[in-house]
Amino acid sequence: MSELTGLLVLAVVLAAATAFGLVRAARDGRMRRAKPGAALRLTGADLGEPLGGQATLVQFSTDFCANCPGTRRLLGEVAADRPGVRLVEIDAEERLDLVRRADVMRTPTVLVLDRHGRVARRSAGAPSRSEVLAALELVSAS
Amino acid sequence: MPLGSSGTSRIDPRGPRFAASLTTVVLALALVTSSGALLAAQGVVFALGAVLGLRFSPYGFLFRRLVRPRLGPPTELEDERPPRFAQAVGLAFALVGTVGYLSGALWVGVAATALALAAAFLNAVFGYCLGCEVYLLAVRSRARLS
Repeated sequence: MSELTGLLVLAVVLAAATAFGLVRAARDGRMRRAKPGAALRLTGADLGEPLGGQATLVQFSTDFCANCPGTRRLLGEVAADRPGVRLVEIDAEERLDLVRRADVMRTPTVLVLDRHGRVARRSAGAPSRSEVLAALELVSAS
Repeated sequence: MPLGSSGTSRIDPRGPRFAASLTTVVLALALVTSSGALLAAQGVVFALGAVLGLRFSPYGFLFRRLVRPRLGPPTELEDERPPRFAQAVGLAFALVGTVGYLSGALWVGVAATALALAAAFLNAVFGYCLGCEVYLLAVRSRARLS
């Protein structure tokens, strides 16, 4: 194969990876509305821990997830600051049943549940503090 | 069930990022020159990092000797397992690509090298660990098959 072909492939790969990286960076960790029609409700029994009185933050993690520890720290701080908000961390490998039900494709995935356990907001990728706080505001107001 | 708390190595996160930059350059050269030997050499680097640990990877050694003394101390350390797992994913691609180049199946070599390059580039430029992301999908599909 000529070096010209190699250079062309190189250019295509770097352009595609850059586009993917930019789109991913813009979307990563954004809190989204749960899909209409795919209403999901989780109970304390599902989670293995009681729900928070106001809201519950459910974080799906794996051992091979670079951003999970940082997200756990952030959500732990947010939950500690707010009475009635609990953080529940789920090991995705051990709870593939929940992974399927909640359609988790990446880690960390964060679900924001209202006091009845309904999934109100969710993010794939590490959310920012302001995104988490905004989602909690919305859930407590409902 | 606290994850990641079971006495695993913690490392300076800038190390894997530096290693990904070198990996990107090496894989780009391998792609342009269609060099199975260069890809195999990168495969050895992946294998050392995946099997023995990142500190035994030559890139990790360069980082500690040449780069880190010029930087300040890290603001935080990270779990070694995600980047180490990513090295194992890189190794799989390097093996397939090397076999492709050396056996004359050039496009297999090109495709595998291109995918590994994309992953290394995303890690170096965006700090995005593709190998780590693939992990959950692999677990999900494995559970479905069994």
